[in-house]
Amino acid sequence: MPPIIDIENLGLDAGAHLLIKYGLGAIPPGGELRVVGSSPGWEVQLAAWCRAQGHGMSMQQQDGHPVATVIRGAADAGRWHDAAHAGHGDAALPGAVADQALSCWGLAARGATVEAGAPDIHFRLDRKDEVWADTAAVLYAQAVAAQWNPATAIDWNEPFDLPAAVEDAVAQLMTYLIENEAAALVVPARFLGQVHPHFREIQALLAIQVADEARHIEVFTRRLRLKGREPALSTAGGQASLKTLLDEPDFSVAGFLLSVLGEGTFVSLLNFLHLHAPDPVTRQIARLTARDEARHVAFGMSHLLWRLQQEPQFRTRLANAVQSRNDALANTAGLNEEVFDALILIAAGEFTPQAIAAGYVRVQQLIADMAEGRRVRLERLGFDKEAALHLAALHTRNFM
Amino acid sequence: MAKPLLMGAVAYAPKVVTIWEGFKEYFRRHDFEFDYMLYSNYERQVEAQLDGSIDLAWNSPLAWVRAERMARAHGLEARALAMRDSDRDLCSVLVVRSDSRVATTGELTALAGQMIGFGALDSPQANLIPRDHLRAQGLLAGRDYTARRFDELGGKHGDHIGGERAAALALMAGEIDAAWMIDGNYLAFAREGILPAGATRIVARSGSYDHCNFTSICGISAASDEMVVRFTELLLAMNWQDAQVRPLLELEGLKAWLPGRTSGYDLLIRAVDDEKFYDAEGNILATDYRY
Repeated sequence: MPPIIDIENLGLDAGAHLLIKYGLGAIPPGGELRVVGSSPGWEVQLAAWCRAQGHGMSMQQQDGHPVATVIRGAADAGRWHDAAHAGHGDAALPGAVADQALSCWGLAARGATVEAGAPDIHFRLDRKDEVWADTAAVLYAQAVAAQWNPATAIDWNEPFDLPAAVEDAVAQLMTYLIENEAAALVVPARFLGQVHPHFREIQALLAIQVADEARHIEVFTRRLRLKGREPALSTAGGQASLKTLLDEPDFSVAGFLLSVLGEGTFVSLLNFLHLHAPDPVTRQIARLTARDEARHVAFGMSHLLWRLQQEPQFRTRLANAVQSRNDALANTAGLNEEVFDALILIAAGEFTPQAIAAGYVRVQQLIADMAEGRRVRLERLGFDKEAALHLAALHTRNFM
Repeated sequence: MAKPLLMGAVAYAPKVVTIWEGFKEYFRRHDFEFDYMLYSNYERQVEAQLDGSIDLAWNSPLAWVRAERMARAHGLEARALAMRDSDRDLCSVLVVRSDSRVATTGELTALAGQMIGFGALDSPQANLIPRDHLRAQGLLAGRDYTARRFDELGGKHGDHIGGERAAALALMAGEIDAAWMIDGNYLAFAREGILPAGATRIVARSGSYDHCNFTSICGISAASDEMVVRFTELLLAMNWQDAQVRPLLELEGLKAWLPGRTSGYDLLIRAVDDEKFYDAEGNILATDYRY
């Protein structure tokens, strides 16, 4: 006796097909399902639905009531013939993340069953070794939890008044920071559209990194304008240095130059500002942005450690990239002299010989700290001490 | 290149080009030369098949009736080669608003004096068969009820469902008391939200009838019988499981091609005669028919 379902007074113009579909799901193609109902014209609706779905149907009378027999067709199952299975939703399960994501998986959720014949959507970064980091999901969760609202996280109304020369220096420094953060936004944003959505943890992390940088640009701009200043100077050398980051086509190399070396150096700079900036607003901004940048560095490190584990010889390519960038920038001035001077003034806090002397020492210490930070990270990536020292020193004088 | 088998089809919507280009490619993949000619209406297509301009035609049921009559008048025989699984055993339904005075079961006499919406003049499913159904129940337009026609794109034989949709919209707007539509469109309009769930009832249904078919007329086309046979074989071999073929079948609204049959056109033949649409030789009788 075939199974029977009663759709009662629910018509197929009101969702009864769901009950029938569910009933058919439990029987194999060719199997029979009896359907009874009481809504006006349900038989004719069922006949139309079965015809459209490729199921057979016949009507009988039983005890004076119409009973439909639906014979399950092969079309619903046939659609999934040769379908592709794209890994698993949970990255922690074995085999969940494929070494090579296929273009025919397109935009489908990882783990979905993808109908054969779906259009090929090509993503340049479709190999796991090119982009992956096991920590990406955790870093993304941390990033989401650590988002802050510039309107409320910073007390923009806290009163302060700096000497004009120091306020000018702050404006110059903010001009420099905005320019650098624009590069830090554009580089991951360009890769974001090239990463296969199969690697969704990476996609998500890049997306929130881009949002972080947009927020940083906002707060630096707002601080710059706080006392009515206009953006100051942007040098050819500074932009030439940043352009080398934009020009790097390899995801890992770009992450190495931007995040591990550049943003890592910026964390030192922002920590320095948190300690020594002459006003409370700049100090608050520096604290919040340094926290975000540290996460970006952690992703860069995590990805490179993963890649180097798969491909130890990639270390040579990283070293060459630092050398090439140094060569490419050999004829540029490096750090904007105005920025260097602004840092001294900011660290000095006032325009007196004694204060400037103290500021100068602090900036020298900052530059040493930056180089030391780079050396430590390079050693963590497996460079020996000598190579790490050498490469740390070759990093752009522009910091980023 | 071998002379292709030339098929006529009516361009009732832009997707028609996509469909037949896809079929052309499918046939070419199987070393079979096939091409198509698009007509703006079925009347011209039927006439073109009779003068040998095309080897076969993808015909509406009404076009089949005319082609069959014209072929017979010329001493020829029309054949239905193949049809969609979804072309078999359709029916048309008469839909009212839930609060209608017309009962769900019982006499249609309650329709007396009401305004009933029909599709295009040349629509088998939304005009000819429904009028015939009411006539068989003793109800005549103009005498027992008022007919309001939602005429869209004459000559397309109702393939363009705009007329049925317009009638459904008018029904819900209270402009008419009842509307005819094909059973599948009743469900489609429900999905689109034009007919809100529970807001309408089916009060009558026509008998079953078949819809489109590929028509060939023996002895008039230059194409060999072998070509027609090969065409039919390749068509019937189109497999829903084949990812290359499935999009074409989806566009054309079928899961499988079936051999043609002519047993499902009796209802329409009666309607064509009763409504005086064509005469026995396939000449057009309907005077207000524009295509």
